[in-house]
Amino acid sequence: MTPLRVLAVLALVALALVPVLPLGPAQEYIWHVIIQIFLWSFVGNAWSLMGRFGLVSLGHGAFLGVGAYATVLLWNAFGLTPWIGAPLAVALTVVLALVVAYPCSRFQVVGHYFGLVTLAVGEVIRLLIVAERDWTGGSLGVTLKTSGTASGAVSLQFADKRVFYYVGLAAWLFGLWVWWRVDHSMARSAMEAIGEDETAAASVGIRVARFKMGITALSAALTALGGALLALYLAYANPDTMSGIGVSLRIVFAVVLGGMYALLGPFVGTALTIALSEYLRIYFGIKLIGIAETIYGLLLIVFIIFLPAGIYGSVAQALRRRVSRPSGRVPARA
Amino acid sequence: MLDPIFLLEAVINGVLLGGVLALLALGLNLIFGVIDIVWIAYVDLVALCMYAVYFLVTWGWPLWLAGLGAIVVGAVLGALVHLLIITPILASPPINQLLATGGLLFFIQSAATLLWSTDHRSIRVNMPTIEIGGIFVSFTRLLAFALAILAMVALYFFLTRTYTGTAIRAVSQDREAIALMGARPQRLYLVTSAVGGAMAGVAGALLIIQYAVHPYFGGAFGPLTFMICVLGGLGNMVGAFFAAFIMAQVISVGGVIVSTEMGYVIAFVIFIVLMFVRPGGIFARRA
Amino acid sequence: MLELSGVTAGYGAFTALWDVSLRVATGEAVAVVGPNGAGKTTLLRAISGLIAPRGGRVIFEGTELAGRPPYEVVAHGIAHVPEGRRLFPQLTVAENLKMGAYLPTARAHFRESLARVYALFPVLAERQAQRAGSLSGGEQQMLAVGRALMSRPKLILFDEPSMGLAPVMVLRLFDLIRRVREEGYTILVVEQNVRQVLKLVDRAYLLEVGRIKIEGRAADLAEQDFVRQAYVGL
Repeated sequence: MTPLRVLAVLALVALALVPVLPLGPAQEYIWHVIIQIFLWSFVGNAWSLMGRFGLVSLGHGAFLGVGAYATVLLWNAFGLTPWIGAPLAVALTVVLALVVAYPCSRFQVVGHYFGLVTLAVGEVIRLLIVAERDWTGGSLGVTLKTSGTASGAVSLQFADKRVFYYVGLAAWLFGLWVWWRVDHSMARSAMEAIGEDETAAASVGIRVARFKMGITALSAALTALGGALLALYLAYANPDTMSGIGVSLRIVFAVVLGGMYALLGPFVGTALTIALSEYLRIYFGIKLIGIAETIYGLLLIVFIIFLPAGIYGSVAQALRRRVSRPSGRVPARA
Repeated sequence: MLDPIFLLEAVINGVLLGGVLALLALGLNLIFGVIDIVWIAYVDLVALCMYAVYFLVTWGWPLWLAGLGAIVVGAVLGALVHLLIITPILASPPINQLLATGGLLFFIQSAATLLWSTDHRSIRVNMPTIEIGGIFVSFTRLLAFALAILAMVALYFFLTRTYTGTAIRAVSQDREAIALMGARPQRLYLVTSAVGGAMAGVAGALLIIQYAVHPYFGGAFGPLTFMICVLGGLGNMVGAFFAAFIMAQVISVGGVIVSTEMGYVIAFVIFIVLMFVRPGGIFARRA
Repeated sequence: MLELSGVTAGYGAFTALWDVSLRVATGEAVAVVGPNGAGKTTLLRAISGLIAPRGGRVIFEGTELAGRPPYEVVAHGIAHVPEGRRLFPQLTVAENLKMGAYLPTARAHFRESLARVYALFPVLAERQAQRAGSLSGGEQQMLAVGRALMSRPKLILFDEPSMGLAPVMVLRLFDLIRRVREEGYTILVVEQNVRQVLKLVDRAYLLEVGRIKIEGRAADLAEQDFVRQAYVGL
C-alpha cells in the first residue's frame, strides 16, 4: 500500500464518519455544505469526461435541468417514485444528448462551434422551462411535493440530512469510479487521438462519431443524475440555478479551478468554490450580493492564463516531477 | 386567425430588431474573423456600455453625447480586454480561450450585480410613435435601426477605404505576410479589439433607448448573438448580417403568433437544426 | 551588404540550419540552392525575422539584425517574397500593393513606387481591381514581387519563386527577377531549379541538410558536378 493509497483510505473513512461524529450545533450546516460538495463534484466529474477530451460543453445546464425537472415533475404530477422517475429523467437526457451529439459528431462541429451549439442547447432548455410556466412554474421554480404519509424510501425524501449525506457520498464515489474506468479504457486513448486529429484518428479505424457520442451520452447521463439528486435533496428546482449558461459556467469553472485532467480535480475545485461562497456569504451576509461570483470570474480568468492545469493538476504535476527525479524513472501517467 | 396588421407590425419590428442584432453580430465577427477568438463576454461588454449611457444621462449629459461617450468606453474596454486577457492566451488551445472569455462574462455579470444591484435601469426617452396605415412603429426603434445601419456602413468604409482597415483585413488573411510588410500584427489586433469594442458601444447606446439594462442582460442577448454569428458562418460579416435579420424575423413573428419566450425558443431550435443541416453556417465560406 | 556568420536556427527541438555563413555584396545577385528540406526557407526566415536564430549573427549594412522582429528588418531595407507568394487572396491587386508600402517611409513615396511597379509589370496595372486570389500563377508571382518592391528595399529575398509555375512561366519569372536586379536591387534567391537560377546570379551556395557545402561563382559551378549533385539531391 503506497502512502498515497493509505491517505486516500483514511480520508474516505473520515468522510464516512462525519455524520456520526458530534460536530457541535452547526453540524447540520456542515453536512449541508458537504452534501453540496459531493453532488456538485459528481456533476463536475461528469462534465470533465467531455472537457478533458476537448469537447467543451457550455451547456451542461441543459442536462442538469432536464434531469432535475423531469424527476421533480414526474413526482409532483404523477406521484412517480424517483426510483423510477430519476432513471426516466436520465434516459430523457441521454436522448437529448444524442440528438445534439450525433450531428455534431458527424459534421465535425468542434471547438468554438461546439461550445456555442451547447450554449444554445442550454439556453433552449432554460427558455423552455420558463416558457412552459403552467406546469414548470417558470422562473419561480418548482418545489418538490412533500411525500406526507408515503414512505421516505419510496419518495426519496428524508427529514434526516444524514441519509442524503451517504447518498451524496455514494454518488460522488460512483462518479469517481466511472471517471477512473474511462481513464483506463480504450476510450481514453481513442478520445485523445480524436482530440489531436480527428481525420487521422478516423483513418486508423477509430469510430470517431461513436466515441464522441458515447462520451457525451455518458457525461449527460451522469449530469442528469446529479441534477435529479440535487433537486431531490434541495426539494426545489429553478431554471436559473439548474439550467442556463450561469450554472453551466459555474460547473466548468469549478472543474478548471481544480484541474480538468485529474480525477480529484473537480472535487478540489468544487470544494474550494463552495467553501469560498459559503465563507463570503457568512462574512458579508446579504451586504455584497455577487461578490463570490465576481471573485470566481476573476479567478477563472487568472487560472486559465497562469494555471491551465488547475490547482490539483498543477500540484500533481509538480509532485510527479519531484518523484521522478531521484529514481530517474519516468512514472506512468496516473 | 391573427390580424394581418399585427403580423405586418411584427415583420417590421423584426426588421428593426434585425438591424441592431446585425450590429452586435458584426462586432463579434470582426474580432473572431481577425483574431480567431470568440469573445463569449461580448454582449456583456455591450451591457456595460448601456450602463455607461445610463449613468451619463443620469448625470445630466445629453443623450447624443452620452452615446458618443459609450463608444469611447467601448473602445477602451475592447482594448483592455485584448491586452489583459486575450494576449496571454493567444497560443492556448480553444478551450482555454473560451473559458477565459467565459470567465470574463461571469466576472462582468457579477461585478455589475455587486456595483449596481439587479435593478433594471432604463432611460426615459420621449419619442413619438409613428403610425403608418394602422401600423404603429416606435420612432425609437426606427432611429436605432437607422443608426445601426449607419454604424455598419461606417465600419465597411473603415475596413475598405483606410490603410489600417485594409491592414486588418490583410492580417486576418495572412498574419505572417503582413508582418513581412512592416506591420505589427499585435498592434492590428489591438486596433481590431478597440473597434469591436466601439461597435459594442454603439450597440449599447442603441439598446439602452429600447430596453432596460441589468447585470444579466448579456444572458438575454448573448446566446442570440452567438447563434447569429454561427448561422452566418463564424467570421463571415455578410452572412451574419443576413442571419441577424432572419433570426429577428423568427423571434418577432414567433413572438406574436405564440409567445415572446417561445419566439426565442423557436429561433434557437431553428438554429440547432440549421447547425446540423449546414454546420459551417448558412453562408459558410468555401474552405 | 548582408553577412551571415555561424547562423544556427530551427523549429522547436529540430535544428534546420547549422553554422551557416554567407555574404551578399551590394548590387550582387546570389543564389542558395539545394534539395528539399535543406533548410533554404529557414535561412530566409531567419534573415527576415520570422524566426529568431539560435546562434550566429545576421549583419545588414553594419547592423545586427538577428532576432529582430520582421517589421524592424523590413524597415532596414530587406524585403522577403515568401515561399508560395503568400498574397492576401481576398484583397485586390491594388490593395496588396498598398499593404506592401505599409512602412511610413514607404507610404511617403507610395505613388512613386506604385508607378514604378506598374511600369515594370503592366499586367498588374490592368488587373488593379481584381482579387489577388483569382490571378494566374505568373501574375501572382509578379504581384508578390511588386508588393516587395513597394517597401523600397535595398535587398530582396526570393523564396523558391519558380515553385508551382509552368516551365514557360519559369523562364518569364527569371527574366522578371533579372529586370528587378537591373533596377538596382540586390538579390538573394533560394531555389531548387538550379540550372535556371545559375544563369541569373553572380555567385551561389549549395545548402544541404542545413550546412553550406559548396560556394562559388555561378559560371564555375554551372560546369561542375555541382549541378548534377544538386539535381540528384532533388
